[in-house]
Amino acid sequence: MTVNSLPVRTEIPVRTDTETPPRRSRRLLRPGAGRQHHAGPLAYVLLAVMAILSIFPLYWTMVAASTDNTRVSQSPPPFLPGPNLFSNLARAWDEAAMGKAMINSTIVAGVIALSTVMFATLAGFAFAKLRFKGRNILLMLVIGTMMVPPQLGVVPLFMMMSELGLAQQLPAVIFPTLVSAVGVFFMRQYLSEALPDELVEAGRVDGAHSLRIFWSIVLPVARPAMAVLFMITFVHAWNDFFWPFVVLDMTNPTVPVALTQLSAGYVRDQSLIMAGALLGTLPLLAMFIVFGRQIVSGIMAGAVKG
Amino acid sequence: MATSTTNALVGEEPAGPSPKPGTGRSGQRRSALLHRLDLKGAPYAFVAPFFVVFAAFSFYPLIYTAWISLHGVELATLDVMQWVALDNYVDLVNDSRFWNALRNTITIGVISTVPQLLMALGLAHLLNYRMRASLFFRVASLVPYATSVGAAALVFTMLFERDFGMINWALGVVGIDPLDWEADKWPAQAAISTIVIWRWTGYNALLYLAAMQAIPAERYEAASLDGASRWKQFTHVTIPGIRSTVVFTIVLSTIGATQLFGEPLIFGQGPNGVTGGADNQYQTLGLLLYEEGWKNYQMGRAATVAWAMFLLLVLVFAAQRLIRRLRPRTP
Repeated sequence: MTVNSLPVRTEIPVRTDTETPPRRSRRLLRPGAGRQHHAGPLAYVLLAVMAILSIFPLYWTMVAASTDNTRVSQSPPPFLPGPNLFSNLARAWDEAAMGKAMINSTIVAGVIALSTVMFATLAGFAFAKLRFKGRNILLMLVIGTMMVPPQLGVVPLFMMMSELGLAQQLPAVIFPTLVSAVGVFFMRQYLSEALPDELVEAGRVDGAHSLRIFWSIVLPVARPAMAVLFMITFVHAWNDFFWPFVVLDMTNPTVPVALTQLSAGYVRDQSLIMAGALLGTLPLLAMFIVFGRQIVSGIMAGAVKG
Repeated sequence: MATSTTNALVGEEPAGPSPKPGTGRSGQRRSALLHRLDLKGAPYAFVAPFFVVFAAFSFYPLIYTAWISLHGVELATLDVMQWVALDNYVDLVNDSRFWNALRNTITIGVISTVPQLLMALGLAHLLNYRMRASLFFRVASLVPYATSVGAAALVFTMLFERDFGMINWALGVVGIDPLDWEADKWPAQAAISTIVIWRWTGYNALLYLAAMQAIPAERYEAASLDGASRWKQFTHVTIPGIRSTVVFTIVLSTIGATQLFGEPLIFGQGPNGVTGGADNQYQTLGLLLYEEGWKNYQMGRAATVAWAMFLLLVLVFAAQRLIRRLRPRTP
């Protein structure tokens, strides 16, 4: 489900007006202009129910991962954590290939996120602030590519990677996602609002070439959006499933691929399975707990307005 | 306009950062040339990486898929391609597994997408209130999105377990007989849809919330001056105001639904995963593609399934457009 990514503004406003002052806010979260009634008790109750439904499966993963196999396989199921959380996590790391998978996923998601941020910022800058022939058509093309589900090309892609000797190798997972249309569009949207034209012009007057302008003028302005894009891309790359499942095997898996092994009946210990699932989710959960505000505002900033 | 200004400026002051300050006029001319090259060429160089990656790893494979689907190719001997014309397609339309997978993809798609988007709409409405702990509720609703398909499907497989799963236990508490959530078709499809709904509702809600917050407050003021109730405001101001976001989420969820793979695979727990249950009761087109290619070693047939999925997507979007055009527009 890699397609379910950042959203797009359906009609692209190409700025022609020069009067409106460019927004220079470093924060992505816009103040709500819409209706802002105060929430009543019912709204709080409903939201609390929603929060419980969202969090409970993960809470229960932790519960199941902290008991043992016999306790998990009883009815009624356990509701409170047991004493074995850390020993089960350690076993999942060793026995269920989760250790290698965690390292692999960190490499894959880290490289993909870094390169996506770099290339997307470059392209986003060009689409937002540089004038060149075919700019609008190329931008439409970028958006159009979001409609092509990557899963459909999986057969030739597999043949290509086998031919290159990359099957079962991490680069086979990394190359196809080195940059994403979503990322390009996200940076384009951000930079066309956050980067004042005058700054770019001033750089030109000083005689700076484009790459120099990018390095010393664009990058500092783009930094908050780059951080958000890094995190969102990292989440997607970490969770990407279909292609890694096809091209990698159990000797060299990413986290989601290793998790299928857990489900496939080779591991009979249910609490160990849950420990694996928890382990594979922990890095992203930690990221959401620390940077939740930025991720939420990043997703909302990329949304279609109106 | 701005380009000519900068060009003119450059004409006066060309010797800026040029690596070699240049000797006299020839150096000036060279750096002016370099500058013009930079102005003209740099934008293309900046956007090129995206297009190179897309062409090599998305566009070319998509087109080549069509070519492969006209061949017999075995997984073990990928370089041996035998021309079979439309045989794969003929086999596919005569294969009951294909029609079964197509039906399952559509039914799971509908029972996962429709409730998901409706619930997201309600959740966004709630999140749009001014309230305490709004950041907590937003992050909480996004937590499932941070969970990978693998982890989510494993947990829900346990929760839906027939003998000791929490959901059957809870049903028992309120006096409902336990269901076999894996072996029976509709419970299995409902359980798989639950995983999809759980993972994506909060994400869609945030998209709706962003769109709701962009609606100008005056529209609500005007509506309430006209005596419109809260509900009327919701249907007459909020919904039209977020229309394009709704269309966008429908498009994305539809694409996701046609590609559904990880949830049914892992829910099937091992041997039944790829076949989508012992009776293929929840095999989707994505699973069929994988089964043909990597379990039956028939890459040509897998490519055929991929093109069938592509056609399905095109048909669904054509139908959506048609429905939108036929529907009378409300003023």
